[in-house]
Amino acid sequence: MQFTSLSFVLFAAVTVGLYYLIPKRAQWWLLLAASYVFYFFAGAEYLLFILYTTCVTYFTARWMQSRADREDAYVLANRDTMEKSARKEYRANEKKKRFRILVGGLLLGFGMLAVLKYTAFVLTGVNGILSAFGASGINIPSLLLPLGISFYTFQSMGYLIDVYRKKTHAEQNFFRLALFVSFFPQLVQGPISRHSSLSEQLFSEHSFDGFSFRSGLARVAWGFFKKMVVADTAMIGVKGLVEGSAFTGAYVFVLIVLYSIEIYADFTGGIDITIGLSQMLGIKLAENFDRPFSSRSTKEYWRRWHITMGTWFTDYVFYPLSVCTPMQRLSKWSRAKLGAGLGKRIPVYLATVVTWFLTGFWHGAGLNFIVWGLLNCLVILVSQELQPLYNRFGAKFPRLVASKPWEKWQMVRTFLLMGLIRSLDCYRDVGRTFRLWGTMFTKFNWGELFSGGMTSFGLTLAEWCVIGCGVVLMYLASRLGQDEPVREKLARRPVLLCACVCLLVLAILVFGAYGIGFDASAFIYDQF
Amino acid sequence: MKKKTIIGCVCITLATVVLLGFLQALLVPKYMTQSREGALIAEYYLEKEPDHDVLFVGDCEVYESFTPPTLWEEYGITSYIRGSAQQLAWHSYYLLEETLQRETPKIVVFNVLSLKYGAPQNEAYNRMTLDGMKWSSSKIDAIRASMTDEESFASYVFPLLRFHSRWKELGTEDFTYLFSRDKLSHNGYLMQTRVKGGKSDIEPSPLADYTLPETSMAYLDKMRALCEEKGVTLILIKAPTNDWKYHWYDEWDEQIITYAAENGVDYYNFIPLDDQIGIDWQTDTYDGGVHLNVYGAEKLTAYFGAILAEKHGLTDRSGDAELNALWQEKLDDYYAERNAANE
Repeated sequence: MQFTSLSFVLFAAVTVGLYYLIPKRAQWWLLLAASYVFYFFAGAEYLLFILYTTCVTYFTARWMQSRADREDAYVLANRDTMEKSARKEYRANEKKKRFRILVGGLLLGFGMLAVLKYTAFVLTGVNGILSAFGASGINIPSLLLPLGISFYTFQSMGYLIDVYRKKTHAEQNFFRLALFVSFFPQLVQGPISRHSSLSEQLFSEHSFDGFSFRSGLARVAWGFFKKMVVADTAMIGVKGLVEGSAFTGAYVFVLIVLYSIEIYADFTGGIDITIGLSQMLGIKLAENFDRPFSSRSTKEYWRRWHITMGTWFTDYVFYPLSVCTPMQRLSKWSRAKLGAGLGKRIPVYLATVVTWFLTGFWHGAGLNFIVWGLLNCLVILVSQELQPLYNRFGAKFPRLVASKPWEKWQMVRTFLLMGLIRSLDCYRDVGRTFRLWGTMFTKFNWGELFSGGMTSFGLTLAEWCVIGCGVVLMYLASRLGQDEPVREKLARRPVLLCACVCLLVLAILVFGAYGIGFDASAFIYDQF
Repeated sequence: MKKKTIIGCVCITLATVVLLGFLQALLVPKYMTQSREGALIAEYYLEKEPDHDVLFVGDCEVYESFTPPTLWEEYGITSYIRGSAQQLAWHSYYLLEETLQRETPKIVVFNVLSLKYGAPQNEAYNRMTLDGMKWSSSKIDAIRASMTDEESFASYVFPLLRFHSRWKELGTEDFTYLFSRDKLSHNGYLMQTRVKGGKSDIEPSPLADYTLPETSMAYLDKMRALCEEKGVTLILIKAPTNDWKYHWYDEWDEQIITYAAENGVDYYNFIPLDDQIGIDWQTDTYDGGVHLNVYGAEKLTAYFGAILAEKHGLTDRSGDAELNALWQEKLDDYYAERNAANE
């Protein structure tokens, strides 16, 4: 059951309808049942994997929690007799024990993801080495990759780390945890929620709130428009450009822009459906985007794009890695050997590299994703290193750097740079991607684009117009919604909102790239 | 919510539904100048009080091989063709089922070529047959039996879901025939006046398995049972062709002969009778021997009309003044088109 299918629309409508009809205390049970029905239709065999993750998460968290409770009870019972140092030592010992439990849980949780997602990649690499030595290769098994596994695994493992850090209390009720792991609107492509913010909303009783419902409905319609009209139409061109070997030089530039439009409309469209549908159920999910294409630097871009993934890696990988004992030792060593300035930066940079390597690897089991992650890291680190230079430039030309054109130039530069790196995701083959990047500077075929080239890779002029109108609408919605989202402004004027939703439905039905003649396309982030 | 708001929302929703209806009417193919065979099935419903002696069902070999006006003119036999492009056995069965709820002909003639197909073949041909049918339990069953993997039932209920992307290719035909269509056929016969004779030298390739699929044979059996239940005589025919691509293998023919003999059904294979019928493959076909043109169809109809009258006892009804007046109009239309092509 794809998000963009008629069956999903009916399924969601029935779920929302029932949600407000049944007794409020049963609402979360309905959501759990709906989530498992949704997942069952995605693939009955996938249920085993989500149940496995739920069990691992539940029992690991419960185990850590019971140890933490015992620790607290012991300390409380012996607070008068225990020395401060003894208490500290006891707590440190207990923390170590909980850490071992956490590591076990993480290994079991991430282990399944690693086996299912990365076995083929690793074995292909091993076979490459074996064949270099003339040895025969290992058979690569064909493994299932359950829908949304990266998202629910990360959300569950984040919860385990929070329980370990005592930031959240372990869920006592197995079924409640099952809902936290499987909540169907966010199961497929996030956002990656935190237990502390989501659980309370999932399990509290919700009365129908007209404003919230209308706003959510408008967001869902807008999400469908972005996905089915803009992203799926752009996908036709992206596919044509990637599959055709003749599309080099200026066409690579077209691909960079077109794929940026596609992935933005696709991912933000999917997230709009997710957050909008949750809002209709009275549940507020974390935002995942904040006008990323208006970013003026790579660092800013990554604060605005896929926010929940970024914060997950920052909180659960980058920070722990930066302050772990080996890193502190490295910091000490590098300060002594390389001086305070560089020595201080080395551990931070190392943690950054590891974080970006893992971010790339999370996106997919392929060299292109690893290179994508590392290139992002490189751009961020180089920018950081060049910061003093920028500052000097800014001091010399203060009026220029404060001007609007400069701001726009920075936005365009960031957009193109991110798009360039992102094209690794389209071409997949790293060598081919680099060669094609090279042709942008060696093959000057811009004239071709305006003599039929723009309609030579699958997109008609009419479809370009649809994409163009979609981009203008997305830009306007972004501009108009700077202070308050457009949907919320509209939600206060129900008749206008109704008209807008009807227009969006009409546009989706007529201009949407769905049905026979179009490739049914899943959301890009479904596969990550 | 205020009453005014509710009324406003209801009005906008209704306006959207009306607009959707309009867009659907605009975007569905009209089949008036291109792929004209797509318009045939719906034309049957223009018959005010259907009363036909003979009902033809089948694929293109039926609507290109028999001319009801000739059958009337020469034998006083009324007939209608419920055929469309690549109309498969189950399409024919459900069309027959639906037609027999509206009238009871004396004879049903089914062309056996489609029995070679055991599974849905082509979405475009499905649409041409099924979109033209009026909604009934027969149509629902026909859709269920016909859908290819890429199709959905919803797209038959709301054809906009299938044809929405035609906004890029809208032409004058779509606006001209937005609310009404021309009548293209002569009681289901689609006239072809062009002449393109010839015969291919290519020998048809042998098949790995000549067994006619169980599915299509089961629908043939259902057609036979339905005719029996309604007291209608079923006749099986194979229209003449002269093209290797649409070769009718002897092995298939034998299976039909056996089926006909076992079930007491008459079967006429016109392929070996082309000389007797008088078909000249240089002048009586419009596409190099795949289908007959109007000149060939008239010859075949005259030949078959004699069989219907003599062997199956169909009487001449041209003495019926009311019927005569009705058919005279049809003949006028028929000859107007035929003569226009000759001018």
